[in-house]
Amino acid sequence: MDSPASYFHWGFILISMPNLLVIAGMIVLFAMALIVPFPHGKGGEDGRR
Amino acid sequence: MDADKPVMVPPVAAKPASWTLRVRQAIDRGLPMDHLLPDRQPYYVGSWVYVFGVITIAALGWVLVSGVVLSFMGPQWWHASSLGRFFNSLHFWSVQLFFIFMVLHLWGQYFMAGWRHGRAATWMIGVVIFGVSILTAFTGYLSQQNFDAQYIAINAKDAMNGAGIGAFFNVLNFGQMYGLHIMLLPVGVTFLVVVHVVMVRMRGVVKPIDAEGSVQA
Repeated sequence: MDSPASYFHWGFILISMPNLLVIAGMIVLFAMALIVPFPHGKGGEDGRR
Repeated sequence: MDADKPVMVPPVAAKPASWTLRVRQAIDRGLPMDHLLPDRQPYYVGSWVYVFGVITIAALGWVLVSGVVLSFMGPQWWHASSLGRFFNSLHFWSVQLFFIFMVLHLWGQYFMAGWRHGRAATWMIGVVIFGVSILTAFTGYLSQQNFDAQYIAINAKDAMNGAGIGAFFNVLNFGQMYGLHIMLLPVGVTFLVVVHVVMVRMRGVVKPIDAEGSVQA
């Protein structure tokens, strides 16, 4: 915990692995939110749920 | 022949003299209860993307609750006792969730152009919440009462002085940073979040953009 984080270095991109993992996780979560179907309740007659 | 008939002019509603009645009528028009606490949503709200904002508010709730406990008990407690460290961690990780889901909510609203149809002010208040939240988190890092806070303060002072605001926002002044962190800034964030949510409820969720780029009816 007290040791410095390892860094990902690619060209001009320099970012710590924890930050990179958080950003990657956010992108995966955002993509999943678009893909995974949302559970629908009983629909109304006016197209509302 | 119709010209001979008397013209029926609808009665004009008189402006109420009471300001409380005027305010009540304005609230009834702008924010009826079925908008404030809806039990059903349009079909296009059926997506996990719309959950990000709610999770952000839930995280803010945990931030506030754990922050109140920390401010009541003090730094010796949150550094030295196991329960204090638990609440310290609860505060820290709920802030992480708050920022992660606030940014996911921002991405979702950006790609669906959530500022359309009179919602520009709602979007802009969201932008201000984002900025004030960053300032709140920054003052929180300065208020930890450990070497990490000192390291951040010593390094940040040069940036503040370089920006010309060091005299008004002195990161080496713990009392100022702590006061901002536990009072003014959280009150500001919470107030703006309430305004943001009320504005969303007044106009409802923005309609999606269809494949041709026009708005669905």
